[in-house]
Amino acid sequence: MNSSDIKIKDISKKSTQLLQIDTSKLPKLPYPYEDWEEPPIEELSEEKRAKFDTSLDGVMNVQVPIPQTEEEKEQMVSRFLVGLRKLLSKDSNWTFLKPLMLTLDNCVKCNTCSEACPIFEASGRSEIYRPLFRSDILRRLINKYVRPGGKLTARFTGADIDLNWETIARLAQMSYRCTLCRRCAQTCPMGCDNGLLSREIRKLFSQELGIAPSQLHEDGTIKQLTTGSSTGITPLALADLLEFIEEDGEERTGLPCKIPIDQSGADILLIHNAGEFLSWPENIQAFAVIFEAAGLSWTLSGDLVGYDSVNYGLFYDDAQYARVTLQHAATAKKLGVKKVVLGECGHAHKAAMAIGDRIWLGEANVPRESCMVTLEDIVLNGKIKVDPQRNDFPVTAHDPCNITRSMGIIEPQRRVLRKIAPKFREMEPHGAHNYCCGGGSGFAIMQSHNFPAWRSMVSGRKKLAQILNAFTREELDPKVNKHVCAPCSNCKGQIRDLFNFYDVWERCHIQYSGLVELIVNCMTDAKEGFIDWEEFH
Amino acid sequence: MAVIQYLTIISVVVAVVAMIIKALRYATAPQSMRWELYPVPHEKGRAEYGGSYLEELDWWTKPRHKDISNELKEMAAEVILLKGVFHHNKRVWRSSMPFHFGLYLCVGWLVLLLVGAVAESAGVKVAADGGTIWLVLHYLTAGFGYTGLILSGLGALGLLIWRSSDAEQRNYSSPIDYFNLVFFIVVSVVALVSHLTADPGHAVIRNYVLATITLSPATATGTLMMLEIILVSLLIMWIPLTRMSHFVAKYFLYHSVRWEDEPNKRGSKLDRVLQAQLVRRVGWSGPHIDPEKTWGETVTEKVENE
Repeated sequence: MNSSDIKIKDISKKSTQLLQIDTSKLPKLPYPYEDWEEPPIEELSEEKRAKFDTSLDGVMNVQVPIPQTEEEKEQMVSRFLVGLRKLLSKDSNWTFLKPLMLTLDNCVKCNTCSEACPIFEASGRSEIYRPLFRSDILRRLINKYVRPGGKLTARFTGADIDLNWETIARLAQMSYRCTLCRRCAQTCPMGCDNGLLSREIRKLFSQELGIAPSQLHEDGTIKQLTTGSSTGITPLALADLLEFIEEDGEERTGLPCKIPIDQSGADILLIHNAGEFLSWPENIQAFAVIFEAAGLSWTLSGDLVGYDSVNYGLFYDDAQYARVTLQHAATAKKLGVKKVVLGECGHAHKAAMAIGDRIWLGEANVPRESCMVTLEDIVLNGKIKVDPQRNDFPVTAHDPCNITRSMGIIEPQRRVLRKIAPKFREMEPHGAHNYCCGGGSGFAIMQSHNFPAWRSMVSGRKKLAQILNAFTREELDPKVNKHVCAPCSNCKGQIRDLFNFYDVWERCHIQYSGLVELIVNCMTDAKEGFIDWEEFH
Repeated sequence: MAVIQYLTIISVVVAVVAMIIKALRYATAPQSMRWELYPVPHEKGRAEYGGSYLEELDWWTKPRHKDISNELKEMAAEVILLKGVFHHNKRVWRSSMPFHFGLYLCVGWLVLLLVGAVAESAGVKVAADGGTIWLVLHYLTAGFGYTGLILSGLGALGLLIWRSSDAEQRNYSSPIDYFNLVFFIVVSVVALVSHLTADPGHAVIRNYVLATITLSPATATGTLMMLEIILVSLLIMWIPLTRMSHFVAKYFLYHSVRWEDEPNKRGSKLDRVLQAQLVRRVGWSGPHIDPEKTWGETVTEKVENE
């Protein structure tokens, strides 16, 4: 079916696949990618298609098992209906009932949200990716099947949509074609929030039907709560890793890179996204070097969950979210620290500081601060010595949605960049109005099936264009070193994959890192060359 | 006429009750998680770029600086000028702005009619040959009425054309959306023609309002005006029963969600309210949740590998 011919009612169609993505019709990328030819999105194997639903767009990141009998299908429909009712229950969904009701009741369907959505735009305006498409299906289902008299008035109110197994399976997939960046909500004149609705749909599937991407649930929150980290790093493995990271850090910088662990009574408990330990240990090193040089009293935790700020529950499940964040709170309380500082991870900021504000209750309410603020204090108040000339290359900054749009932490990291990077320039738009990296809401860690290709070509497309547009044609020459500062672990993962997919390193020589790596790169007491210009990783 | 007067009274009562119920539904919903969205206009000195108090070192030790006047300014620009639509969807704004502004004038018209009716009940003549104040009220009533009806009618027509002619928009427009816009257009046209032909000074309608608020029999009016009164009464009753009453919800959408950034402090009222929520039964039946447990029990229990 042509992407613009799809109507809301088609969601219930028993066709094989609603949308065939034609990657040759995606909007063109800017220089030097005008002639870039997009590869097709690989078709999933017959075996997978027989086992899991792919009837939305042929892409898969959440595995929705296909029921084998009609009875199983009916059972799923009735369980889904029970879940819909629980979404509207004061007991089951007290956490988000108010914003949910407000958005369900008051959308005037003006489609202003669509123009703000990077996925809708970058997909070439595919109807199924329109923010309103997804939310209106949920709204219509509730109006028809949950509200009193809904079936009688369905035709008049527009709620004439059929609830069958196909509707449910496609709705599950659709909730994972939104990065929850909430750019749509920012432009809604009513104040409605389609990002919230995506998350509520995900919650229904996880909390009632037990359906969630394995990377978020089994290999995410469950693994974190049982082994200590979603990366699989156990407390024992952490000690080994830190030893290596310390040694390597000292060698690279020539400065002390001591990483204190379980220091009761330290001022600061620093919590990193554990992905950094494995993929970007230089980020851990940079924090250690800066904090030590600034003379801070700080520690990491070696307790289960306490050393991994990841909280994928934020993306799909209130119970899992609360279980993880309360472990973080318990760790801080046990160590008796004055404050928790969140490392460079956007969703961890939001989980612990914004939403966590209503979960870290009573004695568990240990103050939390963003590392952007801590770093600003260190750099701008001269607690370390820096030589900005060491960062004399073009630098642009990516704003993690959870830190900026959802928390309003915008200027501290900019003040640092303006001081340490003479050729810093903004992307447009930026700050609270930024575009998502395309890896938000857990997308960045979803590496299976054919989803990574979709993530690079569709959800990351606007970000790639923004990054390229931040540099001049001359600067885009691969002989010129350039840098994207992305102070968020998941965003870095997405940018790494995006750059690999589009050969950005080879074609344009753009490197990426967090903020702390740039700071250490220009510390006068440190060896030169902390930022690696030789290879991309 | 008595039946029509009853209809008007019932319409107003239904409208008021429906709006109160709607507001109470939102006001009494449980305290939710924080879900604010920046820029938040009361963040003094930071609202312009979308910053928050979380940008301060040890923010919990610092006094909060809230700029309520900026919040009111933002809200006023949103309500009166539809600032959000203007910035993000100019095509809709070109119709939505006159429509909404017309409705505000129409509400003003009804209020002025009420004031005039009360004044006349006190023996004053609200007319072109009345005293200065009453002359002004006379012309103001007519001005608000005619301008409001023209603007809201034209705005509704513009929105109807947009909804029906734009292919992308048609997919999301339901019969009720078209019905509502046609309803507004019909009411505007009927009211305009009725007054231009039979009641240019709005004296007849003012007498009707006076009779209705004093619960006395109204003088018979022409057919067109009877139709106008019936339609306006039905519209007053209909609006709060549909999502057109979003003006009630908008307060909560902005103040209880989008701009709600009040930090929770140990021992605060908010802290106690939130702790009280933890005794609610969780209800969900996913494999990792026991529906019989409370939220407090669920989120603190030890998780085993599934």
